[in-house]
Amino acid sequence: MIEGWAAIYIFLLAGFTGYEVISRVPVILHTPLMSGSNFIHGIVLVGAMVALGHATTLGQQLMGFIAVLLAAGNAVGGYVVTERMLEMFKSSKGGKG
Amino acid sequence: MVILIQASYFLAAVLFILGLKQMSSPVTARRGILWSGVGMVLATLVTFLDPSLHGVSNYLLMVVAIILGGGYAWQKGRTVAMVDMPQMIALFNGMGGGAAGAIAAVELFGAINQSQAIPGAGVSLVLSSDVAIVAIVGAFIGTLSFSGSLVAWAKLDGRFRRTSLVPQQHWVNLGLLVLVIYLGVKLFDTDSTLLVLLFFLLVLLLGVFVTTPVGGADMPVAISLFNALTGLAVGLEGYVLDNAAMIIAGTVVGSAGTLLTQLMAKAMNRSVWNVLFGGFGQSGGAKEAS
Repeated sequence: MIEGWAAIYIFLLAGFTGYEVISRVPVILHTPLMSGSNFIHGIVLVGAMVALGHATTLGQQLMGFIAVLLAAGNAVGGYVVTERMLEMFKSSKGGKG
Repeated sequence: MVILIQASYFLAAVLFILGLKQMSSPVTARRGILWSGVGMVLATLVTFLDPSLHGVSNYLLMVVAIILGGGYAWQKGRTVAMVDMPQMIALFNGMGGGAAGAIAAVELFGAINQSQAIPGAGVSLVLSSDVAIVAIVGAFIGTLSFSGSLVAWAKLDGRFRRTSLVPQQHWVNLGLLVLVIYLGVKLFDTDSTLLVLLFFLLVLLLGVFVTTPVGGADMPVAISLFNALTGLAVGLEGYVLDNAAMIIAGTVVGSAGTLLTQLMAKAMNRSVWNVLFGGFGQSGGAKEAS
């Protein structure tokens, strides 16, 4: 579906998007944003599920299982940690206002 | 069904980009993570409907793995103390890199299985050249990020305190890197399972060796760099699996993470180069001291 040059254009545009989207981030948000982007690459879970779903041999099933296990940890853990950080952030702001 | 899945992936990609945008401002940050979360749940759920997936046992393994991995991370993320957050990010980021590496392993081992039935055929013939290259590069970056992040986690958690593992650490690292690149090029045409196994093991070792000399205060910058690398690996494996959501989300994190790494290094008056190779030539002295 996505072939050759089309993929290269997607890489290019997504690359610029990522750069532009966070170009004006304040220092205080550096760590939460690192955590947030850590959550977003948790989308690897989708690929891990597909890899496991295509498995035909025991070896592939084992590697696929590990992939889904790790990816689910990335997605869920990334969300929980980011949420907790931003929660703290909001309450301290709310206290001031 | 396929249209529903593609539309959901498209929506998820939009939500990720908007979510990241909102997370870069203090006022909208909490809404940002919520939107991204909705995208993630949506993408995960529709993937179960993918008609190319097969095998009851595969589905069963999928659900078990999600419950085990997700449950562990939920528990860990909920209970850990606030000051220990940076190593949690390192740990979860490492898991993502490991997942990208494992996906590449599934594809590469699968291709080798098929190529062994055809005399003279290798990985590149089964996967086609472009996919083979991208899969190998993604395997390298993802696996490196996996072991590197785990070392970063162990160092921040106080489980691992050494600054070098072998004498002349940086030169050993350089030699190992050259060897890994050589093996990676060989992988392109190989039909040997052993070679792939050796490649993955050496990349794991390289990640450990590269991260070991990084000092504690510099670690957040290193973690941010690994975060960007994992994003890139996810984007590359997205190309291998023909998954646009993975390509977009992975590449966006790859470039945003690279910028963030530079910003963090600048905020600490350090250069990224300095963080990674700051101990250059000092490994001998560090060994004597220990």
